Amino acid sequence: MTEGQKIAPKADTVIETRGLRRTFKSRRGAVEAVAGIDLAVTKGEVFGFLGPNGAGKTTTLRMLATLLPPSGGEATVAGCDLRADPAGVRERIGYVAQAGGTDPQVTGRTELQFQARLYGMNAVAARERATEILALLELEAAADRRTGTYSGGQRRRLDIGLGLIHHPQLLFLDEPTTGLDPQSRARMWDEVRRLREGGMTIFLTTHYLEEADALCDRLAIIDHGRIVAEGTAEELKRQIAGDVVTLGISGDQDAALALLRQQPFVREAGADKGIIRLYVDRGETAMPAILRLLDGAGMVLETIALARPSLDDVFLRQTGHSLRESGEAAA
Amino acid sequence: MKLLRDIWLVFQRYLGLFIGNPVWVAVGVIQPLLYLLLFAPLLKSIAKTPGFPPGGAYNVFVPGLLIQLGLFGASGVGFALIAELRDGVVERLRVTPVSRLALLLGRALRDIMTLLIQSLLLVLAALPFGLNIQVGGLLIMLALIALIGLLTASVSYTLALWLRSEDSFAPLLFTATLPLLLLSGVLLPMSLAPTWLQDVADINPLAYAVNAARAIFNNHLGDASVAKGVLIMAVLAAIAVSMAARSFGRAIA
Repeated sequence: MTEGQKIAPKADTVIETRGLRRTFKSRRGAVEAVAGIDLAVTKGEVFGFLGPNGAGKTTTLRMLATLLPPSGGEATVAGCDLRADPAGVRERIGYVAQAGGTDPQVTGRTELQFQARLYGMNAVAARERATEILALLELEAAADRRTGTYSGGQRRRLDIGLGLIHHPQLLFLDEPTTGLDPQSRARMWDEVRRLREGGMTIFLTTHYLEEADALCDRLAIIDHGRIVAEGTAEELKRQIAGDVVTLGISGDQDAALALLRQQPFVREAGADKGIIRLYVDRGETAMPAILRLLDGAGMVLETIALARPSLDDVFLRQTGHSLRESGEAAA
Repeated sequence: MKLLRDIWLVFQRYLGLFIGNPVWVAVGVIQPLLYLLLFAPLLKSIAKTPGFPPGGAYNVFVPGLLIQLGLFGASGVGFALIAELRDGVVERLRVTPVSRLALLLGRALRDIMTLLIQSLLLVLAALPFGLNIQVGGLLIMLALIALIGLLTASVSYTLALWLRSEDSFAPLLFTATLPLLLLSGVLLPMSLAPTWLQDVADINPLAYAVNAARAIFNNHLGDASVAKGVLIMAVLAAIAVSMAARSFGRAIA
């Protein structure tokens, strides 16, 4: 229909980027927030961007949603070229910012109707669509209250409703559950799954490992503006063969690390913030060996734990630091 | 057509927000009347001073008051925009296909409408005190006020989008509007000022608007100062609108 659609390489690719970059100028020079991102998102999947705060997730999302012009690279979003046809992109996508975007003085229903009219619906259609969305997100009881009175979960649902108003093919959700209580978070996950079942493509960012694990069909791990790993959660975890043993040691950590690295059963070892992590083939047999070894060397073991590899281990291996810690430190 | 429709939609939203806030409406009505009731009587005695322009105290003071209303009434509109930037409303609207120019003009139209209603109230309230104005003059005056409102609101929105914080917006606003106002001859005619002050006032565009307004209220509609004042305001408003519309469209990091 539009010229932009011809650019799309494959019919089932909803987002494709090549070398997408964004540099910000600051007083201390240029800062590269997004340092060349290549990714492809397929129609109908929930694609997750996992990374700590400041990794470049939001910047990438804002570029793809036409809010921020890229400093370099190319992207096709919902069949339209990002640079040549931003208006076409806007018509086809929904975007829900992390902070939302509702006026506390305005009622939920009015916000939805106004949004619908901005996408070209007439007054009657806008009223109907607003009622539909309110029912879909179970917001009827709050519909005619000012959004300033909404709970965090209600406001988040309204934000999503605003993003859905024009039946977009692709929905961007920036940190959809940050700041929500566990109950609202579970509800938001259900909502995302329901949208996916309806055939919508969803691109979300998160710094929660559980969220990426539970919700995303595929994910990309991003750190310092670069994608460091990409695949399904299972594929990513499979990169880390074996088990993970974490140790807390009082005393000379470096010496312990050097000692452990010499052991044949240790495939990889690293230390981060006082905790030693070992990647071993078989945790059950490695643990007694580690205990004997450290005991023999006169080192005092404070804690020891055995776990299956998590996305955090993937993250740690790729970036050298733990997402769990950086995420919590920032939150 | 889409632009007009978008302007109308944005205008409706902000008009609804204004009407929904009884405090704003009350302040909007009371403020100009306070100037009229509490300041204008002082002028009665000054009007006899040599150098005071002809036309009677109210016909000299009310036009200045109207210009001041245009400046003060519209200069603060950026505050509401800063709150919206913080709530993410502007960003949300920028992802929709709405015209960026409409985001500005829809809001500015609401601001102008508020100003025009306030101005009419002020003129009506001044009539019993001896203000004289013809219908034709009043219409030109309202057009002049609309231009000042558009100019001031656009500048205010541009600064709000640029500064994004009340802490820097408020002092800048005050620092900028005060000399503009003092040197425009709004409060007292610049004909009373010493020559050096008159020279400084000559570079204040608002002074030309005040001169135009005074000529209008003296029923000298064909006076060159009227055309000059309207033209200067129209050109500045056009520049300010294009700046503000660009700011609405530009990405804000």
